[in-house]
Amino acid sequence: MARVLVGVKRVIDYAVKIRVKPDKTGVVTDGVKHSMNPFDEIAVEEAIRLKEQKVANEVIAVSCGPQQAQDVLRTALAMGADKAIHVEVSAKDYETLQPIHVSKILAKIAQNEKADLVIVGKQAIDDDCNQTAQMTAGFLDWPQATFASKIEKSDNHIVVKREIDGGLENIKCKLPAVISADLRLNEPRYATLPNIMKAKKKPLTKVTPKDLGVDTTPRIQVVSVEDPPVRQAGAIIPDVDTLITKLKEKGHVA
Amino acid sequence: MLCNRTRHVIHGFSSQARRLQSTLVIAEHDNKSLSPITQNAITAAKKLGGEITVLVAGVECKPATEAIAKASGLSKILVAESEAFKGFTPESLTPLIVDLQKKSSFTHIISGASAFGKALLPRVAAKLDVSPVSDIIGVQSPDTFVRSIYAGNAIQTVTAKDPIKVITVRGTNFEADKLEGGSVPQETVPGDSFKTDLTEFISQELSKSDRPDLASANVVVSGGRGLKSGDNFKLLYDLADKLNAAVGASRAAVDAGFVPNDLQVGQTGKIVAPDLYIAVGISGAIQHLAGMKDSKTIVAINKDPEAPIFQVADYGLVADLFKAVPELTEKLK
Repeated sequence: MARVLVGVKRVIDYAVKIRVKPDKTGVVTDGVKHSMNPFDEIAVEEAIRLKEQKVANEVIAVSCGPQQAQDVLRTALAMGADKAIHVEVSAKDYETLQPIHVSKILAKIAQNEKADLVIVGKQAIDDDCNQTAQMTAGFLDWPQATFASKIEKSDNHIVVKREIDGGLENIKCKLPAVISADLRLNEPRYATLPNIMKAKKKPLTKVTPKDLGVDTTPRIQVVSVEDPPVRQAGAIIPDVDTLITKLKEKGHVA
Repeated sequence: MLCNRTRHVIHGFSSQARRLQSTLVIAEHDNKSLSPITQNAITAAKKLGGEITVLVAGVECKPATEAIAKASGLSKILVAESEAFKGFTPESLTPLIVDLQKKSSFTHIISGASAFGKALLPRVAAKLDVSPVSDIIGVQSPDTFVRSIYAGNAIQTVTAKDPIKVITVRGTNFEADKLEGGSVPQETVPGDSFKTDLTEFISQELSKSDRPDLASANVVVSGGRGLKSGDNFKLLYDLADKLNAAVGASRAAVDAGFVPNDLQVGQTGKIVAPDLYIAVGISGAIQHLAGMKDSKTIVAINKDPEAPIFQVADYGLVADLFKAVPELTEKLK
């Protein structure tokens, strides 16, 4: 029976059209709808399925961030996680919190909680880093199964199907291991109202990076955040013939 | 806010780094040929300045090594050929790279931001206790890089303060190095001791295609939910064959099972920037645009005039794709 740790991040909702701050220090986050990073929902779902298959006996959700990070932890609890750990980071420090810090925090908690599996999403849709699973595995010296689209556990290892550039790949990892969830790993469930109510009673403990002995000094300094170049508005063309003419003019077709 | 003292330290460091700059490029290959993204990574390495060493590790390194050996402006190729690197697992490659780093003190370690580079480099960075910089689209100076965040909706410039910069490079934002005009010396590096029992490569299921590789094709024809079925993708394959194009897809088309996932273009799939991108039956969600909006010319064929794809398309055709695509294929003869 395995203990599973899932990392969840609160990010600006994927459907929101983001705005860059006028002073170019970042993007506007105040008053903007946030939710759980979509890849992390998939990670939570997979952890819960492992529990339902009696492969896992406990699912622990972890999130790093300010007070609002508890929102996504409650969501994870409502989906079926057993307990949550909120690693409290002030709003100001959170702006410079990087995957390297989160990975060290997750690695430390994985050890403290005697986890056999750490599952996180393959990337957060805000910073688009795609680093945390790999770095957590590196810090722990555990094997990593990135971009997983299927997981099967047997005795002391897991067999993972990975999404790679040319197709799919199958690997076998010794346990304990770190997994990053790709889009096609599963279809996350919705938390039902009774489960949301029950989640309010589930244990949520608070720690700080300092308690865990993790230094969160920024290693990367953001110089500026700007709008991407805007594409020139194009034209609606009436028919296929005009399209072919235009493509010929541009030299795209002979 | 950055205090003046910190600013001074950063400045002092970067000028020092410039003097002693040396970059290790991790080549990507499949034991048969070099992956084209390595050529883009070499170009990025040249922008950093300083000496460039390329590492070719694998079970069979000869084809990739021979390709790189013709490049100009490189100092050395390190060849680590061993069964230990079967499947190119990060668990076996990371200790090799860390070992080379200890011997040669590179200031930069870079590779393409492919599935290979993305899986490997953050693990290397953790082992070196540095914060990696993912998927850069520009180099401003040896320690300052440009990358996109929020699915390409914002462009971030960052300065990496760690002494070793571990970077993955977005292939489409750097020209491919021509790999000619030079003769790069080679050096063998023992690899057998890096065999690991943490992870074992079992097998690959690669999609077979005669069409150009999606990530590097000059023309891409992509289909979305509007195609309605996998069978209907034949319309796009026929058009692609006329244009010598690669075929891509939106997430909706992949999730619906029309095509395999390695064809997905977008924030979480492949990033492409061909000369011509033809989006067929694709609405143009933010996540899809992230993967293709740097294409030179974008054509959209969609029957919904309100589809967001028309806001980025150079040429938009509001039409039923089931009529327009066969007509286009036919008339391109």
